[in-house]
This record gives sequence, C-alpha cells and structure tokens, in this order.
Amino acid sequence: MSLALALEIVFAVVVLSAAVWTIAAREIFPAVAGFVGYGLLLALVWMRLGAPDVALTEAAIGGGLTGALLLGAAAPLRASERPVAVEGPGRVLRWLAAALSATVAVALAASVLFLPDPAPTLAPAAAENASATGLGNPVTNVLMAFRAMDTMLEKVVLLLALVGVWSLAPDRFWGGRPGPRHHADPLGVLAFLARLLPPLGIVVGIYMLWAGADHPGGAFQGGTILAAMWLLVMMAGLTDTPPVSRRWLRVVLIAGPAVFLIVGIGGLALGDGFLAYPVAYAKPLILAIEFAMTLTIAVTLALLVAGPPERSAER
Amino acid sequence: MSFALHIVTIAAISAGAFFFLAGTIGLLRFPDVLTRLHALTKADNLGLGLVVLGLLPLAGSMREGLKLVCVWILVLLASATVSQLIAYTARRDGQPP
Repeated sequence: MSLALALEIVFAVVVLSAAVWTIAAREIFPAVAGFVGYGLLLALVWMRLGAPDVALTEAAIGGGLTGALLLGAAAPLRASERPVAVEGPGRVLRWLAAALSATVAVALAASVLFLPDPAPTLAPAAAENASATGLGNPVTNVLMAFRAMDTMLEKVVLLLALVGVWSLAPDRFWGGRPGPRHHADPLGVLAFLARLLPPLGIVVGIYMLWAGADHPGGAFQGGTILAAMWLLVMMAGLTDTPPVSRRWLRVVLIAGPAVFLIVGIGGLALGDGFLAYPVAYAKPLILAIEFAMTLTIAVTLALLVAGPPERSAER
Repeated sequence: MSFALHIVTIAAISAGAFFFLAGTIGLLRFPDVLTRLHALTKADNLGLGLVVLGLLPLAGSMREGLKLVCVWILVLLASATVSQLIAYTARRDGQPP
C-alpha cells in the first residue's frame, strides 16, 4: 500500500468520523464544533483531489462562515436546550427521517459508483474554449463565462438570504443597526488584533480576487476574507455595524448582481445573447463583475453573521 | 549539503510532530481550561514552527519559504489572541484557575 493511499484512507475515515460526530452529538455546541472540523477536513480532501478552488471555498464558507453563523445561532439556544430536547420528535418520526436520509445517501453513492467509465464530463469542452475569455483559471472561466447564469443567480440567492435575516427584525428596529454593540477592552488583545490584522487581510483578500483570473482564488474567497476582517473590527468594538437603511450599504449590496445583469443585458444588445461577452472585452468585463461581486459578497456575508437589526439607528 | 538539509528536515518535522502529539494528549487529559490552553499553544507555536522550519529546505524558492514563515506567524498571532480570549472568558465565568 502506497503512502498516498494510506493518507487518503486516513482522510476518508476522519471526515466520516467528523460527520458522524456532528450528527450524533447530543448538544448543539459540540455538534457545531464537529461541523467546523468537518468543513476544514473536507477542504484538505478537496486539496488532495487537486481542486484548490473548491478547497479554498470549502474552508472559507463551510468551515469559517457557516461555523460562525451556526455558533451565533447556537449561543441563544443553549439556555433552552435541555427543555427542548425533552419534547423532541417522537421515535417513529426519527426513524423515518433516518430511513429517508439513508435512502438518499445510498442513492447518491450508487449513482456515483455506477457512473459510466469514463464519466460524462464537460471538462475537455471547457478547456478547449478557455482562450475565449483570456483568463487562465479554468474554474473562473466556468463560473464567470460558461455558467455565468448560475453564478449570477447564486448572488441573488445570497441577497435573498440577507433579506430573510433582516425580516426577523422587530418593527420598531427596522432600518436600525444589526446585532448587539460589541464592547471589548480598547487596550486588550482583541482590539490589538483588530488593528493589526485587517491591513494584511485586506491585501490578501484583494490578492485572492486578482489571482482568481489565472490561479486558484476568486470573488467568493476574496470576499469572505474581507468580510472576516470587517467582522473582526466590529467584534472588537472599534466600529459599529451600519444601520441597514443606509443608502451606501444598499448600493453595495446590489452592486454585484446589478453589474452582472447590466453586462448580461448588454450582451443581449451587442453580443450573441444574454450574458454573452463580446470576445474582445471579455476579460475586462469579467474583472469588473468580479470586483463588484467581491464587495457585495464581503458586505452580504458580514451582515449575515451580524444578524437582524436589533437597535435603532441612533445609538 | 543536501544530505545534511534532509537530516535537518527529518529532525525538525519529527520534533514538530512530537509537540503536536504532546499538545493533543495534553488537550485531552489536562483537567481545566488554562492547563489545556497551555498544552494547545505548544502544538501551535512550537509544533508548527518546527514543521515550517523542517519544510524550509524543501521550499523551491525564497518566495515559497517566506510564505511558509508567514503562515506560521499568522497562526502564532491567531492562537495567541484566541488563547488570551478563552482564558479571559474562563476566568470571568469563574472556572477554577
């Protein structure tokens, strides 16, 4: 048995253990911790499979952002956890849910195992037409050109998710500031980190976006890092969350999908169809969309973590 | 020269792995928050530092080596901050010291 195979088996076993732990943990907090570990391990698996783009996204979104969202949701639930556990779903319902999940898992496994060999793939077609956009990273090509519609709708979904979170705000706080006002010792370690790290993080975030044209990276990964930096500064109490009624905030939130739509409609008028880039301007157009999207993603993700408005705009 | 560098790599990464192992055992076995943090920081600071040191001779270029050192410094920064915050919270919530 080669060393690489042994490593792969260890990865598979550890990822499956983390998944089982996440499901089997009886309390919320250990389950969330298991989920974060699962996300980070999955990122390693994607690296091993030679998919650094997916690995970066998995580490940033699956491990980092979703973990933060779940922790935020778990914190207020902890106090009421025990009484709720007593009146949980009945045995029959639990078995039905388990049977349904198992069926889905078996069906997925079967469909992967019985794929024709070689598996159907569009990779050669994508590689063949890679020169059409002037970008070197095939993943960015697929996301921004060949399947641009999916990427645009994904951004709209993100925006809808944020609207969903905001709609939980009580009427009197509508338009106010999301989340609690964080206070930390202004001379403490958190405030120190929040002053030291963001310059570095902002450079790394923008580098991720820029590198995404030719190397692993892109708008989502870069945007997540920028969001994390903003959240760090807010959690250290150095700045407050902006009121959700601010005009600049709304403009940034819709900038990504809006630029995408405008370019798409422009393609309808000038090019071959909706979202068809004129070949000569493909790269600058894609970069413009990615730049706007990075800002939108950063602000959207940070505000998703910050939660619904719960204070009036005046402090 | 390359033989000596390989010895350095093997020795440093083995020492790093030892600190990770010791840190993990400490994390699992020590009785309270502060001692567990003490164990954990050994894995982050020394363990990762030694692994990075061992990987430096294998780095293809100056840039790669600098990236490795940057990773270590960032982890140091993050782990030091998080340990302080966990210890502060544990003390405030009245965990036994």
